Amino acid sequence: MDITDIFLQLMLTADMTIRLSAVLTLACLAGLFSERAGIFDIGLEGKMLFSAFLSATVAYESGNVWLGVLAGIAGSMVFSLIHGLASITFRGNQLISGVALNFLASGLTVVVGNAWYHQGGRTPTLSGAARFHEITLPFADLLRDVPFLGPIYADVISGHKPIVYIAFAAVPLTWWILYRTRFGLRLRAVGENPESVDTAGISVVRLRFTAVMIAGVLCGIAGAYLSTSQAAGFGREMSAGRGYIALAALIFAKWRPFYALGATLLFGLLGAISNLYPNINVFGLFDIPVQFTQALPYILTVVILAGFVGKAVPPRAGGEPYVKER
Amino acid sequence: MTGEKQQGRQETAAPAIELKGISKAFGPVQANRDISLSVAKGTIHGIVGENGAGKSTLMSILYGFYKADAGEIYINGQRTPIPDSQAAIAAGIGMVFQHFKLVENFTVLENVVLGAEDGALLRPSLAKARKTLVQLAHEYELEVDPDAVIEELSVGHQQRVEILKALYRSADILILDEPTGVLTPSEADHLFRILKNLRAQGKTIILITHKLREIMEATDTVSVMRQGQMTATMKTRDTSPQKLAELMVGRKVLLRVDKKPAKPGKPVLRVENLRLTDSAGVERLKGISFEVRAGEILGIAGVAGNGQSELLDVLGGISPAEGRITLHDRPLPLAGRHANGQARRSDGIAHVPEDRQRLGLIMDFMAWENMCFGYHNDPKYNKGPLMMDNPAILDDTAEKMQRFDIRPPNPRLRAESFSGGNQQKLVLAREIERNPEVLLVGQPTRGVDIGAIEFIHQQIVALRDAGKAILLVSVELEEILSLTDRVAVMFDGRIMGERITSETDEKELGLMMAGVSGEAA
Repeated sequence: MDITDIFLQLMLTADMTIRLSAVLTLACLAGLFSERAGIFDIGLEGKMLFSAFLSATVAYESGNVWLGVLAGIAGSMVFSLIHGLASITFRGNQLISGVALNFLASGLTVVVGNAWYHQGGRTPTLSGAARFHEITLPFADLLRDVPFLGPIYADVISGHKPIVYIAFAAVPLTWWILYRTRFGLRLRAVGENPESVDTAGISVVRLRFTAVMIAGVLCGIAGAYLSTSQAAGFGREMSAGRGYIALAALIFAKWRPFYALGATLLFGLLGAISNLYPNINVFGLFDIPVQFTQALPYILTVVILAGFVGKAVPPRAGGEPYVKER
Repeated sequence: MTGEKQQGRQETAAPAIELKGISKAFGPVQANRDISLSVAKGTIHGIVGENGAGKSTLMSILYGFYKADAGEIYINGQRTPIPDSQAAIAAGIGMVFQHFKLVENFTVLENVVLGAEDGALLRPSLAKARKTLVQLAHEYELEVDPDAVIEELSVGHQQRVEILKALYRSADILILDEPTGVLTPSEADHLFRILKNLRAQGKTIILITHKLREIMEATDTVSVMRQGQMTATMKTRDTSPQKLAELMVGRKVLLRVDKKPAKPGKPVLRVENLRLTDSAGVERLKGISFEVRAGEILGIAGVAGNGQSELLDVLGGISPAEGRITLHDRPLPLAGRHANGQARRSDGIAHVPEDRQRLGLIMDFMAWENMCFGYHNDPKYNKGPLMMDNPAILDDTAEKMQRFDIRPPNPRLRAESFSGGNQQKLVLAREIERNPEVLLVGQPTRGVDIGAIEFIHQQIVALRDAGKAILLVSVELEEILSLTDRVAVMFDGRIMGERITSETDEKELGLMMAGVSGEAA
């Protein structure tokens, strides 16, 4: 392999990493909003799946992918509303509510999809305006001939589907909201000590609902990406544990926006490696089996969740329903 | 109840706060019953009462945390409904809670600004708050570094942040709920200086406390609450601690512990060079040594969090540690499976833990079940190797409840349905009735009302007079001074010095509690 070859492989990997990370980034930020407000959200997975189904269906029926995305967001927000009612209004167990939503999404999408389209839970293949297409950033073709930087701009940064750019723009936006606005200050406070927010005369319930609904919007976009950008239609269980991976990334990121970007890119990279290089040969001695590379993101998830990567301090009021003390 | 007229110098001004006929019930419990109160502008008003007398409920109503079932609130002569905390803040009321409502990993500035921001963006609010804080610090001796993170501040400074929060919201009326519970004596003195500065600027202050000395020292007028009712309001200089105590309890009480001089025998419990490092790697005990003799009460004084809890846990067999402890010259295990609460109890060391609701009792178990914990292998409580003898435990519990005057005397009630004082009596009855060689007691009267305090102190003294060794850990200096025979002061995991209780005073102990060594103090 000469140097151009290696450069090409690296570009290919980077491109794929970005593609695979976008969903995780959105889901991870969704979790960040929710958990920073003190509401654990294990239902990221279910929200994404439900949104993926709805956006594929509506995009197919209407022929307009943007309508599909809106439907996906709406569906995901309905799930958020249920989660909010259960865990904020009725002070139920946040984990159980989230798990219930995951089961609901997994069953509902397949049953309804099968009843409507008779394709074993799949929705019909999307094409044309019912699907997202790559957009070329300005000057991409012009700059392609600039050595080194040109191809990176034209082939790695340019040429993704719109939601990818939305996902990466959401990172600095989240940071700005969290650390530079009044809403962000209150959001961080309510996840650490809801009493301090309550005694300051701010409604804990409204603040937490807002956070949970924002999580719904972000999960909705993430789900829409799965079925209208990454694939061309909905397939059963197509979220494939990405909601849980996003949660692991969130812990790895210590609940911070830019760390979250880093963590999800790392997971994306592992995914890209398993896609591009299924059989890695080690010094001509043996092949690493494809199953191993495919399992890498999940292995990393387990390692992170088991707490092997430094001590992560979650928001202190996380998982606790807020009850005014007597 | 006509504080308005009593304040001769302010005849014309409307009272800062006037409550008329406030009532509040929680289910069947009437927490506040037809309460009326009037506090003149620019005064410090104290409210005393036992736990559960309804002080906190009343203040929570004033701060909009609860809605009163009946009654009206007037602020500066204006009828002001207070449906939520926002309305209270708007009416100029600020509250400093007993448990601070601060976000621990936020800076001082962020905490002050939270909820009082000027716009959707933070930067201008923070800049304005920074300027105001400097000004307030100057005016009222309220110096705090605006960029310090709360969890790195001392408790006294955290409390200042709470006061600053209220002042930043331009509060004219400041309510403080048990503000000195967590402070060293010198921090408390500083707090009272701040309060007097605030009064001089025309602020009105309501001080809720159970420490009668503070009422006498700091307030202009005082009200007494009992069983949800406001039983008396008077000028502070016209009353005395003794009289206030009587009004609180409704009968004559002994504020001083009535005890004969101790007759210490030979050392029973000897502790040498005890060291403990917690799971976070922080050294909590840094070489503690002392001895407790038969027939004496050794007090461990200190501000909460200086290693006293850890010391009790080690002696009680709950935490492992390094060092050496001996009981009647017999060494006891400090780690391993033989160091546990049950083993300590069978060795003769009984333990009344600081946190009775977490370590002393299982709250949803019944009184009789709680009564056998730690002694559950006693043959008296067992039938054969497998079965507990429940009727025997029930009888035993009923008998102990009688002797300790625990109310209601029903062994089948869950622990959580007893009052704080009666819960403490349950634990004490379990431990003292065993006639232990050594009794470890932590915060025996925390959250316990005056009537029960008297009884609990009498029981501890009686055990001492029976020739037993007692180690008493308390953050209440008053309790240490009145109950113990000898006192050791802990600071930062070390013992700063030991004194004979009758030969020392609050000032000297206070210095040691603040970290001045015993030789210097």
